[in-house]
Amino acid sequence: MGDVLPFTDGELTAIRGDFPILTRTVRDGRPLVYLDSGATSHKPTPVLDAERAFYEQHNAAVHRGAHQLAEEATDDFEAARATVASFIGAPAHEVVFTKNATEALNLVAYAFSNAAPTDEPKDERFVLGPGDEILVTEMEHHANLVPWQELARRTGATLRWVPVDADGALDLSGLDDLLTERTKVFAFTHVSNVLGTVNPVTELAERAHAVGALVVVDACQSVPHLAVDVATLGADFIAFSGHKMYGPMGVGVLWGRAELLEVMPPFLTGGSMIELVTMERSTYAPAPQKFEAGVPNAAQAVGLAAAVRWIEAIGIERIHAHEASLVDRLQRSLAERPWVRVVGPAVGTPRGGAVAFVVDGVHAHDVGQVLDDAGVAVRVGHHCAWPLHRALAAAATTRASFAVHNTPADVDALLAALDRVPAIFGLDTHREAS
Amino acid sequence: MDLYQELILEHSKRPHHAGLREPFDAEVHHINPTCGDEVTLRVDVTGTGPDAVVTDISYEAQGCSISVASSSVLAEEVIGHPVSEALQTFEAMRAMLTSRGTVTGDETVIGDGVAFAGVSKYPARVKCALLGWTAFTDALARAGVDISSTSSPSPQGASS
Ligand SMILES: Cc1ncc(COP(=O)(O)O)c(C=O)c1O
Repeated sequence: MGDVLPFTDGELTAIRGDFPILTRTVRDGRPLVYLDSGATSHKPTPVLDAERAFYEQHNAAVHRGAHQLAEEATDDFEAARATVASFIGAPAHEVVFTKNATEALNLVAYAFSNAAPTDEPKDERFVLGPGDEILVTEMEHHANLVPWQELARRTGATLRWVPVDADGALDLSGLDDLLTERTKVFAFTHVSNVLGTVNPVTELAERAHAVGALVVVDACQSVPHLAVDVATLGADFIAFSGHKMYGPMGVGVLWGRAELLEVMPPFLTGGSMIELVTMERSTYAPAPQKFEAGVPNAAQAVGLAAAVRWIEAIGIERIHAHEASLVDRLQRSLAERPWVRVVGPAVGTPRGGAVAFVVDGVHAHDVGQVLDDAGVAVRVGHHCAWPLHRALAAAATTRASFAVHNTPADVDALLAALDRVPAIFGLDTHREAS
Repeated sequence: MDLYQELILEHSKRPHHAGLREPFDAEVHHINPTCGDEVTLRVDVTGTGPDAVVTDISYEAQGCSISVASSSVLAEEVIGHPVSEALQTFEAMRAMLTSRGTVTGDETVIGDGVAFAGVSKYPARVKCALLGWTAFTDALARAGVDISSTSSPSPQGASS
């Protein structure tokens, strides 16, 4: 990606101009420096306009009713599906709209347990029981951990996990013992929301498939920041949230191979997902409708499609290169401060858009408060990855995460605020962070 | 920043009465799920009914400066005082902390607790400042003390 053109100042100004929220101030008139896009991104005007236009012009219950508005709303919703699908290199019917990534991951986890004890014909790949294993990793967000813990509890299967090494990469040395014929599913994140580590999805997927396991990838922190093509990725499912990629809250995506979606039992049931209903029983619509019970989040899906078009107009490679340069600037500057310890891969290793760090002797909550006082919004805590923080021996970290609208000046604002921390908390800045 | 009063920083660096001690009537472990702050706290109460006195509070706190300092101030203000008075101090602390900056706190009731007045302007930090105090009232209840004079603790917010 060395030949990707950096944004000109004019381009960056235009990009920033698309975000109304960047003009507001916080904490007594300070300009907002938003470095928390990993939690949720801001929304550019075209996304807000698309959502509003849907309500103003086409609003109707999708897939219900034969009036003109219902037709238009359905067309908009299905066009949104096609737009999002093509962005990740998938056919439209392999994209299921959910509420968020969490729901998408639960949808897959429930397909396993719902396939268990019925008298229906079922696909062996989704049948779990005692003796079967679920493999996850120690760096997962709770959204890609707790649903698998619960699935293990419901089915009697065993949960196992790949540990994280000192550099914040997956320790794959014991993978042959962890990934075996007993493994029915391997669920892991593409990019860590804390460490920024980019996992070797294709290699891991190959090894999982070699033992017959299905592969579920949490793509929340990859799809907004780097080109993801499911045709070559190797996963069987990926999950991501619209609100982290400039889209509205309330819409997420599950992509799954058509052949798998077809044999999976539904998660939520009710209207819009059925084929035929009698008092005794029902049959289901084909995927993706089978997984979209109830009136769907059409306005949000339309907004997400607008976000995808907005990203495509800029170019995901350019977004990635821009964010990588900011990550690099921040990482190098933090490395000059011996009282700060960055977690995750070393400078120069490919990373997602997040940099998390520890200030020795000062709790992340306190660091975040000093940054907030300067208008710099970061996230502090365990970032929904509590087991990972235990493995890092850090109760909490401070995380800066980038989006396309961030600038080198944003990085410098963070550093300037961070440099107030030692004085406020009486830190010896010559001592190395442990 | 008016949040980080010198008193808070001092208490957080050198927390008073820290460490877990015997004897005790009840031990509790409370966490703040949003940031992972934790406190293990023990109470030792002598006497019963209106004569009950908090003879000791011992604790191990791990967390931000606000939560550690607040456990320290709790121990400082409450050890050796009648339970009824301790509960009044708790109520006064809570009223100040949840006031969004409108209640400054009465030094004669909450002592060094007044240093936490600034916390009430930062809703995300109120839970940090209350962590030790809610652990304390929980420990009292487990020790069999009637704490019904205090309104129920504020519900714990969820975390992700
Ligand atoms: C890596 C990762 N996975 C899953 C999630 C869950 O996303 P959501 O809360 O939108 O479902 C997040 C974001 O919080 C995340 O960063």
